[in-house]
Amino acid sequence: MFNYILKRLLMIIPVIIGVSILSFLLIHLVPGDPARMMLGERATPKQLEELRESLGLNDPLPVQYMRFANKALHGDLGRSVRSKLPVTEEIARKFPATLELTLFALTIAVIVGGLAGIISAVKPYSLFDNMSMGMALFGVSIPIFWLGLMLIWLLGVKFHILPPSGRISVGVELQSITNLYILDSILTGNWKALKDCLAHIIMPAVALATIPMAMIARVTRSSMLEVLGQDYIRTAWAKGLPGRLVIFRHAFKNAFLPVLTVIGLQFGYLLGGAVMTEEIFSWPGVGRWLFVAITARDFPVVQGGILMVALVFVTINLLVDILYTYVDPRIRFD
Amino acid sequence: MTTPEVTAADKAADIVMEPVSKGPWVEGFRRLLRQKTAVLGLIIVCTLIITALLAPVLAPYDPLVPDLVNRLQPPSAEHPFGTDALGRDILSRVIYGSRISIQVGIIAVGISLLCGTLLGAISGYYGGKLDLVIMRLIDILMAFPYILLAIAITAMLGPGLTNAMIAIGIVGIPIYARVVRGAVLSVKEMEYIEAARVCGCSNFRILFKHVLPNCLAPLIVQATLGIGTAILDAAGLGFLGLGAQPPKPEWGIMLNKGKDVMQIAPWVIMFPGAAILLAVLGFNLLGDGLRDALDPRLKDS
Repeated sequence: MFNYILKRLLMIIPVIIGVSILSFLLIHLVPGDPARMMLGERATPKQLEELRESLGLNDPLPVQYMRFANKALHGDLGRSVRSKLPVTEEIARKFPATLELTLFALTIAVIVGGLAGIISAVKPYSLFDNMSMGMALFGVSIPIFWLGLMLIWLLGVKFHILPPSGRISVGVELQSITNLYILDSILTGNWKALKDCLAHIIMPAVALATIPMAMIARVTRSSMLEVLGQDYIRTAWAKGLPGRLVIFRHAFKNAFLPVLTVIGLQFGYLLGGAVMTEEIFSWPGVGRWLFVAITARDFPVVQGGILMVALVFVTINLLVDILYTYVDPRIRFD
Repeated sequence: MTTPEVTAADKAADIVMEPVSKGPWVEGFRRLLRQKTAVLGLIIVCTLIITALLAPVLAPYDPLVPDLVNRLQPPSAEHPFGTDALGRDILSRVIYGSRISIQVGIIAVGISLLCGTLLGAISGYYGGKLDLVIMRLIDILMAFPYILLAIAITAMLGPGLTNAMIAIGIVGIPIYARVVRGAVLSVKEMEYIEAARVCGCSNFRILFKHVLPNCLAPLIVQATLGIGTAILDAAGLGFLGLGAQPPKPEWGIMLNKGKDVMQIAPWVIMFPGAAILLAVLGFNLLGDGLRDALDPRLKDS
């Protein structure tokens, strides 16, 4: 087990180096001069030269990359051209919002998708099964930006049930501890803030959760169907065990591995999908910040931010792989 | 079926009656038509293609010419989907939008398919160090959440439909490379490949004449599903303002422009979004059906 983790950690190194090279090279995809792209057409030659000098754009590419990598290893991803703040500081400030949204969405997806999948598998070809699988099909095909807009229009604008954007209402006080607002409001016993935060998070989280929810429902169903057809499940039924015990203890435990794979994969999707969702719902997270930086061609933020997101993604995938051994002791890695 | 009493003549009759000429593709197509959802997918996709081809005939109005007198008209007999903020007929724009979406789907998937197949085939067939290097490159590409990578590539290359297609094509490469590599790995151990090698075929010939044609089934399935994903992603990029640029009647950009007026004219965002949903759903249904029809492992399930 320890050897396996060590091996996976070593295998990740070339990937991380590659990821850093690709993140670094991204801004060099820009046709023409990156400095001019950042400052616009009206920039004077002196301003351009100053920016080039300060970003080190005059050096040969390998030299620039080595400097970028060396600084990144020391926790320095440069400064945003627009806000002048260190990229790492901005990420640290925006990340909790994205984490909160992603985790909330993932929780919805796992609970709703998982339960729908299990019930569908227990009663295959029933009305519930057909309906939930039909919904799942829509779920994987629906554009989340459209779903988001429709939710805003319906629940936010037309019926005024939920706030259409943002993370917390202006005027609601919340003492920040972890910057995960929901957690903070529970920790400080601030129920007014909790209610407000939940009202804000529900629409973006549902929009973001749609695709993972559908995927999880489909995988859970097919995986459960396979397990439920096995002999030991029939034995369990024959012994007269209560249904809930058979389904959750005997069957779901063994059907969980493919579901876990999908959850892991979907986490990456959520991080990407957060860009779109955060943009629509004006959610002040990493995704929106990165998107604004990308369109404004704030190159240090583009390089650093994308590198960070990719690192988080790689780490999550590694954790999922390691989790396998705990979930299914039959898996032995060598 | 075969009993000891079967005579040589019976056997000959069996062989004659066996529809050998039909081949696995015809058989696969038949299996496809037996699935209701797949047929539905096929109908949606065919409708989409016909709409795209016949757009100038089907569209009641010009999709680009503004008609400021009839701004933001709700759906009516004259304008079944209503009109947008510039008075353009939304139905006509949705119809013309199918052209862009089909085009994006095919070109983006074409890029992924070409690069992915080549990389995957080389990787799987030659193995060794080449395999290791290519697969690590694929790993690196997969280490980025792919929507984010598509956004970054498009933004860096410069917003526009062509660059959006290139970006979606690039981020799609890994999946095809993996599918082809897996298929090549299993096919290349077959006896007929060995036979071809004994006959003195070159590696190139074996790969392109014998190995790849036998990897087609998973590729077709993946490409069908991929067109749906590409349409979705292109609309997403359009929505973010990075894909097709106004006044092009692209579904994503229609949503982008429509969101400013959706409070007073919700139909402006309803129909383009429904069009995206329907198109993607069609390709997904067809792709799922093709997988069940063409994948021998699932044949009897």
